[in-house]
Amino acid sequence: MRPGRGWLGLAAALLVLLSGVLLAFSLGRYPVSPADLLRVLAAKLTGAPTGLSPAVEAVVLQIRGPRVLAALLVGSALASAGAAFQGLFRNPLVSPDILGASTGAALGAVLGIFFSLGILGIGAASFAGGLLAVAAVYAIGSALRGGDAILALVLTGIVVGSLLGAGIGLVKYLADPYNQLPAMTFWLLGSLAGIGPGDILPLAVPVLAGTAVLLLLRWRMNVMSLPEEEARSLGAATGPLRLAIVIAATLVTAASVAASGIVGWVGLVVPHLARFLVGPSFPRLLPTAAILGGGYLLLIDTLARTMAPIEVPLGILTAAIGTPFFIVLLARARGGWS
Amino acid sequence: MILEGRGLAIGYPGRRVGEGLDMALAAGRATALLGPNGGGKTTLLKTLLGLIPPLAGEVRLDGVPLAAIPIRERARRIAYVPQSQGAGFGFTVFETVLMGRTAFASPFARPSTSDEEAARTAIARLGIVRLAERPITEISGGERQLTLIARALAAEPAVVLLDEPTASLDFGNQGRVLREIGALREAGLAVLFTTHDPNQALRHADAVAAIRDGRMIESGPARDILLRERLERLYGTPVEEVREGERRAFLPG
Repeated sequence: MRPGRGWLGLAAALLVLLSGVLLAFSLGRYPVSPADLLRVLAAKLTGAPTGLSPAVEAVVLQIRGPRVLAALLVGSALASAGAAFQGLFRNPLVSPDILGASTGAALGAVLGIFFSLGILGIGAASFAGGLLAVAAVYAIGSALRGGDAILALVLTGIVVGSLLGAGIGLVKYLADPYNQLPAMTFWLLGSLAGIGPGDILPLAVPVLAGTAVLLLLRWRMNVMSLPEEEARSLGAATGPLRLAIVIAATLVTAASVAASGIVGWVGLVVPHLARFLVGPSFPRLLPTAAILGGGYLLLIDTLARTMAPIEVPLGILTAAIGTPFFIVLLARARGGWS
Repeated sequence: MILEGRGLAIGYPGRRVGEGLDMALAAGRATALLGPNGGGKTTLLKTLLGLIPPLAGEVRLDGVPLAAIPIRERARRIAYVPQSQGAGFGFTVFETVLMGRTAFASPFARPSTSDEEAARTAIARLGIVRLAERPITEISGGERQLTLIARALAAEPAVVLLDEPTASLDFGNQGRVLREIGALREAGLAVLFTTHDPNQALRHADAVAAIRDGRMIESGPARDILLRERLERLYGTPVEEVREGERRAFLPG
């Protein structure tokens, strides 16, 4: 790490975030210029009239504003959780759903749709599903005594995830093919199209709380990425730390999936990009990944709603952009992780 | 004695690796742990570190049972230099050495200036200042081993346990690492290292313990233990002895 590279990388991430926000407002059926955006926000804060048409205000405050916030929160959450898990599991190919958070949340959501729980009910079922899945994986993985604790967790995650996937298949098979199945399919593909002002709070509270915990623990994540016994010999209480990181990362992942459906690849690609910018050390990596993840997902979401006459599902775009991008990263890394 | 294990049975629940083991480490003295692969050297090291509890017997640090000492307090007194592995994230040498100060801060706190100072001092002591900002994935195995020793020293410990510090190092780097181990002993630390090479023990250790099949078959001053017939028995292979005046060396086979 050359001195100064850290600040440059953080500045680059902030630039992506800022340009993402400006592009998101100025593109689409109702473009909002940066000047109008600032005017509406200033008016909202001071209570003074904007002098702009109510339509612009509605776009900023009711429609696009919440969607932009949701994209920032979801992208940031998935990237932070991904970075934390890649460190914790000492594997750069790990994504936030390694312990079944996404699959559990997906099963919760399709069950919610199956039982016609309504928008809020589906979100709650999804969030609960994600938390329950990881709790089950953690309980089973920790009960498997002897051997490598991390390996036990990963293998349990794979097994439980596969079972949950079968559950999703079963619910889809049983679902009403004209009414429920399209909703399930759309949800599983991931989208922020349905986000309204009321969706922000249930997303923001767990995401901000979980991200805050991860950021607070970032000074310990370097040592947590060492082999277990080595970390303990250095004085790290690996058991409690691992549990805290898993809970925080699961909280943000489950809340994200509950709000946006399955949006893959962000949690895998963005931490790599952030490592490329600021190096692997978590005190710098984690804030950079959080900022970059928000900007990255916002840019992709803007593309999703503007590139075609109809919305392209977000999860399809993140995969279509993420995979080639990831291959390029792997080729550049020449087998190394940094 | 700083670190002392008495009547230790070592291993994991359901898998006993060794028993009846005694080990005592004193300040300013180096002990070499010899023995064939799979004989229990690393397991004994982990037991002395408190990473795995002894199945019987007790490890004491300054007379206090290791199990009664909080993990952070223990990490400040006993440092561990694990066998260096290539894989992992490319933290810089400085970031790696700074991890040696983990036990000095709360889990939510950033390293203090005194932590960074201790890391810099340890890096200077090992003579790797020019590597400080290099990723550990891009330096040589010998330099990585020196980095891990610096990380152990950053905690300013009283005891250092090294697991095969010269394994997979070339001849020159073996010399560098062994000189640093000698310097630790000179500085008054209690040192224990495992090795496959009796000559390293002969040259750099005050005492030698030899473990085979989980039992301590030799233990005592290096000059008394490191004899041709005893090594032949330990490793089960013929050994040739080379003498020059007072100095001795052994050649396997």
